[in-house]
Amino acid sequence: MFDMIGSIFKNLGSKPATRMYPFEKREPFKNIRGQISGIDINQCIFCGICSRKCPSDALAVNKAEKSWEIDQYKCIICGLCIEACPKKCIIMDDQYKTAAYEKEKSKFIQQSAPQAEKPKQE
Amino acid sequence: MGKTVIPFGPQHPVLPEPVHLKLVMEDEVIVEAIPAIGYVHRGLEKLTETKEFTQNVYIVERICGICSVMHAQAYCQGIENLMNIQVPDRARYLRVIWAELHRIHSHLLWLGLLADAFGFESLFMQIWRNREKVMDIMEETAGGRVIISVNTVGGTRRDMTPEALRKVIAVSEEIKEDMMKLEKVFMADYTVKHRLVGVGVLDKNTAYEFGAVGPMARGSGISQDFRTTGYAAYGELDFEPVIEKDGDCYARTLVRLREIYQSVDLINQAIGKIPEGEISVPVKGFPNGEVISRVEQPRGEVLYYLKGNGTKNLDRLRVRTPTFANIPTLLKMLPGSQLADVPVLILTIDPCISCTER
Repeated sequence: MFDMIGSIFKNLGSKPATRMYPFEKREPFKNIRGQISGIDINQCIFCGICSRKCPSDALAVNKAEKSWEIDQYKCIICGLCIEACPKKCIIMDDQYKTAAYEKEKSKFIQQSAPQAEKPKQE
Repeated sequence: MGKTVIPFGPQHPVLPEPVHLKLVMEDEVIVEAIPAIGYVHRGLEKLTETKEFTQNVYIVERICGICSVMHAQAYCQGIENLMNIQVPDRARYLRVIWAELHRIHSHLLWLGLLADAFGFESLFMQIWRNREKVMDIMEETAGGRVIISVNTVGGTRRDMTPEALRKVIAVSEEIKEDMMKLEKVFMADYTVKHRLVGVGVLDKNTAYEFGAVGPMARGSGISQDFRTTGYAAYGELDFEPVIEKDGDCYARTLVRLREIYQSVDLINQAIGKIPEGEISVPVKGFPNGEVISRVEQPRGEVLYYLKGNGTKNLDRLRVRTPTFANIPTLLKMLPGSQLADVPVLILTIDPCISCTER
């Protein structure tokens, strides 16, 4: 009947098991799948292997337009695109995607003076 | 005496997932239980027909969060059988290690939910605190907390370094120690025993007739564990199915508690024997023909039927999950029991409704 007492007293004297989350964040582990944050668009050759491998059809590659687009709300973060990419230029971030007010896609376009376009509204 | 019908679920504080039961009551005693499922059907079986067979691994993982590794394992083993792929030895051992980590996390989750169902909140919190250690080790080794996506057709996608393997042993031993302390509460506490002993007795013959699987069957004394057939690397490891004879809720709790220790032991054995080498082989060609693949999940045996037609898409993928097999036993246990025992009874079959409805 008193088996729980020991752990109760132990817990009284020890630190909390939880973290004050938004203020105190845990150091992310190495090589975890947080979110696909984007692509190094200058290296991309627009082969389209990533979009064909993607199980959730989250990627759209356009060779004529030289654009690479990800719908992060469709992405299931399996990491298949990263394994398939011949140039290894897709970037996996170790931070999770946070909640958002609107679903938006991230589009990256290769230009003569390359730059990443701001996330476009759907 | 007049009969009352009480709808139980689909939304109920004790239910983690939506199952609906119409309980026909006479006073406080249940006379009949009529189940209804279909609240979380997502059409995943149909979806798999439109995707490539290598992509399907990520769909079947999402059939159930709590046993995602075993779903992917069953699917991959089925496809590998169809295509005659010999999986490297290291991958077979890695599959065992991740599967057993998953079993520990699933059983800890269940024990916590059970404690919550009979109102022992502090025990619930203690158990889930231990579970967090497993989740962390899975995130560290595989990159995800629950859906860890390590299995692929032809092997595994990630390898574990020797340091990671040592950490897995250390953490699993730590969990075992913590659970040894909490085990006393389950085994000896007056309140816990009062809620579990003698409730929902399912004798060996009834369990067999109604086709119980997993801890339900083992709690009733049926020595049935699909791991003993030696798929993956289980054939090279030394273990016996955990059996309790009483067939009540208490026995089923004990089975799951002892299976945690068994899993820790299996992880230790697997890490001791794991060979060096490749973790996956390249896959060429497409699956053709039919196969049935079975794997032991935390809830029991899952059955996959796969039919390929020589193209990149499958013709049919059919899953029979352990909860589906255990619902008849639940309906057998409910008549004659008190309304207050219903939450505990439903929980002891460890219902995973999203598995059942896919």
